[in-house]
Amino acid sequence: MSIEKFQKLVSTVVPLPIENVDTDQIIPARFLKAVERKGFGDNLFRDWRYKKDGTPNADFVLNNPKYSGQILVAGKNFGSGSSREHAAWAVYDAGFRVVVSSFFADIFKSNVLNNGLLPVQVPEAFLDEIFRIVETDPKAQFEVDLENQTITILKAGISVNFDINPYKKECLLNGYDDIDFLLSLKEEIVAFEQA
Amino acid sequence: MILEPKTLFDKIWDAHVVKQVKDGPDVLYIDRHFIHEVTSPVAFLGLEKRGMKVFRPQNTIATPDHNVPTIDQHLPIKEELSRIQVEALKENCAKNGIELYGLAHQYHGIVHIIGPELGITQPGMTIVCGDSHTSTHGAFGTIAFGIGTSEVEMVFASQCILQPKPKKMRISVEGKLQKDVTAKDIALYVISKISTSGGTGHFIEFAGSAIRSLTMEGRMTLCNMSIECGARGGMIAPDEVTFEYIKGREFAPKGEEWNDKLALWEQLKSDDNAVFDTEYQYDASDIEPMITYGTNPGMGIGVNGNIPTGENLTGSDRITFDKSLEYMGFKPGEKIKGKKVDYVFIGSCTNGRIEDFRLFANFVKGKKKANSVTAWIVPGSKKVEQQIREEGLVEIFEAAGFALRQPGCSACLAMNDDKIPAGKYSVSTSNRNFEGRQGPGARTMLASPLMAAAAAIAGVVSDPREF
Repeated sequence: MSIEKFQKLVSTVVPLPIENVDTDQIIPARFLKAVERKGFGDNLFRDWRYKKDGTPNADFVLNNPKYSGQILVAGKNFGSGSSREHAAWAVYDAGFRVVVSSFFADIFKSNVLNNGLLPVQVPEAFLDEIFRIVETDPKAQFEVDLENQTITILKAGISVNFDINPYKKECLLNGYDDIDFLLSLKEEIVAFEQA
Repeated sequence: MILEPKTLFDKIWDAHVVKQVKDGPDVLYIDRHFIHEVTSPVAFLGLEKRGMKVFRPQNTIATPDHNVPTIDQHLPIKEELSRIQVEALKENCAKNGIELYGLAHQYHGIVHIIGPELGITQPGMTIVCGDSHTSTHGAFGTIAFGIGTSEVEMVFASQCILQPKPKKMRISVEGKLQKDVTAKDIALYVISKISTSGGTGHFIEFAGSAIRSLTMEGRMTLCNMSIECGARGGMIAPDEVTFEYIKGREFAPKGEEWNDKLALWEQLKSDDNAVFDTEYQYDASDIEPMITYGTNPGMGIGVNGNIPTGENLTGSDRITFDKSLEYMGFKPGEKIKGKKVDYVFIGSCTNGRIEDFRLFANFVKGKKKANSVTAWIVPGSKKVEQQIREEGLVEIFEAAGFALRQPGCSACLAMNDDKIPAGKYSVSTSNRNFEGRQGPGARTMLASPLMAAAAAIAGVVSDPREF
């Protein structure tokens, strides 16, 4: 098994300028009852996206036809709370490949990386700039380049670098899976147990 | 040679590194892996696709807790999807030779309650579980943290996990706690100070005389909540209180082995000059009984305090604050005391242990539950339930108008039928007050069992010291 490779992406973005978006908002606990990885995208941001009667809430960004794209841009401290990987699956299953914020919760960050989704942490000023540009031009294109670790607002020509663990970067660029790597260490693990 | 002083965290971490990956994470060996029905099925599926079995089933412990009903547990689970997950756990454990403490088992309960109460959790261990509140086990001087399902699969496959080493934080609370101030109040106080993201990237060691004075159950409550400030986990150096708690439990070391282990455990503490990346110090006497007014655990105040005005907030901070108060139906600057309470929930991996129920019982004894309040009293495990019965607490509950339910995560995350209705106010001893956490539209105020008891009796947010 392997994860989908990620190298470079040019896309419009979907803006969600809310802070501290916790995993219960990304996917409420009552939708965690599947025994497979598929189908969580329909319930991404469920209680914001749909009204109580199940009809779409027109005010929510995912229901606004103005916005589309494979990059989700959210306010600071995205993904806090539960360790449910369903949150990462839901974001991925809804068609996103990159999540941008000024700050990510730890477990969410490792969960997205393990699923071929790239978390891009940018300075707050840059995040504000993205929100500002998208508000005036929802069709503005962004480029995310993993090899060079840059995110660029193409029309403004502004770019910032982002950090990623070099090991995780290799995994994403090549579609490597952590488990294959761990399995290759079996002898060392057994030796460790016996020491 | 003079050795560099090390923190407790470093000592345990370094002893579990199988291999360091160049420019990458460490390969960390895991001593105990707890699993439950919600975050394990996809990991088992992944393993099966690789044609593999669990590598070290004897170090894996399973129990269904997240979506089990808390009444009529002897009957088949009505809700189909929950039943399928619980059944899947049973089948997967049988296939892989994993010990399962299922619904009918005498050891059944919330995963973070049963590990410690059975003596499985021991100082110096590394412990993981596909649940963020795994941090609970840190109370014993273990490195314990929550992981995602891909990582559950890693541990199934190799008993190891790839982890970058986090930074170290020490939070010291010195002095004497006021009357009726509990470990839960310390947790809510600390999170209100450092925010829900203040601990991100860190592992916390709690220290100081106020922490030392806590019982093991109080320490578990505190470490349980360390994830709520964003930390990977929290831990407390083991001491006599720890050893006394473990001794004699089902899976605790016995005889000669006990003496050997004890000698090792006594070494588990941070060296005097060990360096932490971040340090905070608080005075225990400043801490009041706490309650939350907003939609994250950092939005907490003393019971006699006012909801902040938010005046000094700008931009997205202000938007987030306003959105939160609107959801709760509160106004900036209002008093929290006297606010109406519709539901009271006592339980969860945060406050579902016997001491929590003793505290609650002691308060409600001889009083009557407010008619307007619906209360759910949910023990954290079968053993806790049994203790409640043996100690005669059930009679106290019943006389005061409360009914005891059966163990499970229950209204903490409302995956089962225990949901707070939309718009209703709940005072809850659980760990998260996120929008919709206790049911769509539910409004949660987090507090200690004592605050929950006072709210249940008065029907409004109350100071337990005024009764």
